[in-house]
Amino acid sequence: MDSRTADKTPVETPAEALAQPKDGRSLRELAIRYGFLSLLVGLIIFFSLATRGFTSPQAAVFILQSVSITGILALGVTATLVVGGFDLSIGSIATSSMMAAAYVMVVLEQNALVAVLVCLAIGALVGLINGLIICYMRVPDLLATLGMMFLLIGLQRIPTEGRSIATGMTLPDGSTAEGTFSQAFLALGRHRFDLFMENLVPASVVVLIVLAILIWFFLEYTRFGRMMYAVGSNARAAEFAGAPVKAYRIWAYVISGVFASIGGILLAARLGRGDIASGNNLLLDAVAAALIGFAVLGAAKPNAFGTAIGALFVGVLLQGLTMMNVPYYTQDFVKGAVLVIALIFTFALLGRNAR
Amino acid sequence: MGDTAIFRIAGLTKAFGPNAVLRGVGLDLRAGEVTVLMGANGAGKSTLVKVMSGVHRADRGVMMLGDRPFSPATPAEAMRAGVVTVHQNINDGVVGALDVASNLVLDRLNGAGSGFFFNPRKVRREAREVADRMGLGIDLSAEVTDLPLADRQMVAIARAMAHEPQVMILDEPTSSLSSNEAERLFALIDRLRARGVAILYISHRMSDIRRLADRIVSLRDGAIVGQFDEKPLDYEGAVNAMLGQNLGLHSIDARAAGAPVFSVRDLRIAPGAKPLSMELGAGEVVAVTGLVGVGKTRLAETLFGIHVPLAGSMQLDGRAYAPRTPASAIRDGVFLVAKDRASTGIVPEFNIYENMSLPFLPRFSNMSVTRRRAERQTAREQIADLKIVCRSERDDLATLSGGNQQKVTVARWLTQPSRLLILDEPFQGVDIAARHDIAAKLRESARDRATLVFLTELDEALETADRILVMSENTIVGEHRNADVDMDRLLAEVAGQRLEPAGSV
Ligand SMILES: Nc1ncnc2c1ncn2[C@@H]1O[C@H](COP(=O)(O)OP(=O)(O)OP(=O)(O)O)[C@@H](O)[C@H]1O
Ligand SMILES: [Mg+2]
Repeated sequence: MDSRTADKTPVETPAEALAQPKDGRSLRELAIRYGFLSLLVGLIIFFSLATRGFTSPQAAVFILQSVSITGILALGVTATLVVGGFDLSIGSIATSSMMAAAYVMVVLEQNALVAVLVCLAIGALVGLINGLIICYMRVPDLLATLGMMFLLIGLQRIPTEGRSIATGMTLPDGSTAEGTFSQAFLALGRHRFDLFMENLVPASVVVLIVLAILIWFFLEYTRFGRMMYAVGSNARAAEFAGAPVKAYRIWAYVISGVFASIGGILLAARLGRGDIASGNNLLLDAVAAALIGFAVLGAAKPNAFGTAIGALFVGVLLQGLTMMNVPYYTQDFVKGAVLVIALIFTFALLGRNAR
Repeated sequence: MGDTAIFRIAGLTKAFGPNAVLRGVGLDLRAGEVTVLMGANGAGKSTLVKVMSGVHRADRGVMMLGDRPFSPATPAEAMRAGVVTVHQNINDGVVGALDVASNLVLDRLNGAGSGFFFNPRKVRREAREVADRMGLGIDLSAEVTDLPLADRQMVAIARAMAHEPQVMILDEPTSSLSSNEAERLFALIDRLRARGVAILYISHRMSDIRRLADRIVSLRDGAIVGQFDEKPLDYEGAVNAMLGQNLGLHSIDARAAGAPVFSVRDLRIAPGAKPLSMELGAGEVVAVTGLVGVGKTRLAETLFGIHVPLAGSMQLDGRAYAPRTPASAIRDGVFLVAKDRASTGIVPEFNIYENMSLPFLPRFSNMSVTRRRAERQTAREQIADLKIVCRSERDDLATLSGGNQQKVTVARWLTQPSRLLILDEPFQGVDIAARHDIAAKLRESARDRATLVFLTELDEALETADRILVMSENTIVGEHRNADVDMDRLLAEVAGQRLEPAGSV
């Protein structure tokens, strides 16, 4: 090495590099990093002081349960956001798979395993089709998945002529559906595991937590996750680095579809029937959670941890407000307000997109 | 026009967090003069430009425009005051989603006095005027995103020129222009100079500097370390001042090739092109030179599996080589440092080590889980090797200076051994000393592989290679050993006029 670098280029030893950011970390950076988490903690403290029973384990579990299905969908859509796409069809994939589960068990009289496999297959297939349309037919992601959403909303009504599915219903051919939801399937929605207390944690919450950890680990710590971020940030550079860009995009939609179908399975198990009218809010709630996630830890990009926190944030807020007797019809307004604040937080404070 | 300084800077400082980038810069720009600002990569040139143009705010110091204090809060304010800038990052200078015509008159659309309604015919007419004044031969209705980098650069420059500026700042405007386009730009700068505009020009290219400079100012580590305004200008002194050392004379002893590694037979890379052949041996660095648009990038990308050749065959280590994707090329040990780092190289949201390991993630992971410790270790070695100016390997790429981003994209492909290393304009935006360092590093590490460098600048090819191939019209038209090169023949080949065998000796 010559003298030029020795006296001028600040190439540092690792120890210095680690020491440096600390003193340089301004208040603003702290606010960006921990602002949203502090807000969540503050909210929890506020509600536990203002209401009775907010901090009980049951209440905590109830909050988790209330966001479990949305949360799972949100984690799936995070995968598509990471590759720079978007999936508007998740809500309709979830309701389609709910209807499919009910149809398989009630009309076709199959067992729980078949129902679950059919649902997962539907999710994967729809995701695959989404991905193929977007990558090979060059339809923009929003439009492709919007089209798919309409298609599925229509499709799920056809087999039963637009009616909900329950044991004893009359089928189009005049006969009566004899099948029932199997107990094993219903357990997915109703069984509770023991944790400190008997019958505390519902299965859906366990599924949420497992999937959250899986997708978080996948995105943050595996090379596939890293490549997906690269594809989302600069697809051409990723391609020049040897990444099969289209395959990664398609996989993201498959992940999103499968997660949405898992959400649909849990929905069917919770309701115990194939309810044509349920699941209306799933899409918007899930997208909101994923976008709120941008603000968590100052990430300014889609990330699984943020998405989980985003879902939790909405759950805590709604549960707290309900316990304070705020009327239910204000809920959507509250969610919208949180989303707008989170987006402002992400884009104005972080200034990632500002020049 | 001696000492009519119309733009004055004194005591300017700017830090990003703990990183003091400008440490008290003082600078005068005079009307009707081109002041060239030289400085090594990361010296703070672009930061200074961004402060002058209202992108960043200075921490301390004053700027005066004429006899009034000047501290623009936004780029638009600076522009309205008559300080116009073409930034180093071209995509800052154009709006991708609009067509060329709208881009050219964009600032007028925003300015005071423009009506509420958008009048496409008027836009077209004004854009045409601007384009004609610039000699811009680009389809005005083309979308900017569809243009190649050089054209985008010309649009950004034309857009800046449309303002009738008092002070014009150009930050490495020629780094992606062909010599033709650069010459058009220089002619324009000459005209502005004659009209009394004060011009600040930043470049690492000596040929630009020789062509344009009235004065040279050298910046090192955020402070001005030398001013040169006596004719004839002391170019060497300016370079030494900016580097803080003397740059030794640099000459190459052309080496002979070792065992053959890679060969190409009768390859046709474009419709109507004559077939081309070449043979590359271990240990030699071969440069391919030629004008912009003669198919250099096409050839580089064909060897890397991005395009499929129309005819012909390739051999690597004695086996047939026919890559269908970059992934398969990389698997076979053929790497490409691609041109235009912003679009094909860097992942802006990743940090340095994530950018470096990107093509080699399977090697940097264990059962698909990334091994960050190994990634960081490798990145640290490259940072030291190529003297990349940064705080640590975890710096986001967007916070690095342009030249240092370029070094990262080159370093990425040096982290792993290759059979054939292809570099397409690897010196875009890097300073002179760094260019020598990279060239030396390439030559030193070339022992076991073949190395092919595509360079439009002939000087760079002469500084780097053992052998020089000349391209014209999508094929190879000449070959020279880099020792006693017959410059007349070489230049004729570059220009596309083949000398008759009898005429050339
Ligand atoms: N937004 C930023 N945040 C943190 N550091 C920055 C930022 N912008 C620039 N820097 C740092 O400031 C220093 C000077 O950068 P600058 O872009 O001004 O260099 P330059 O002289 O233009 O170099 P080049 O010739 O490579 O373009 C670099 O060390 C860079 O890492
Ligand atoms: Mg710069």
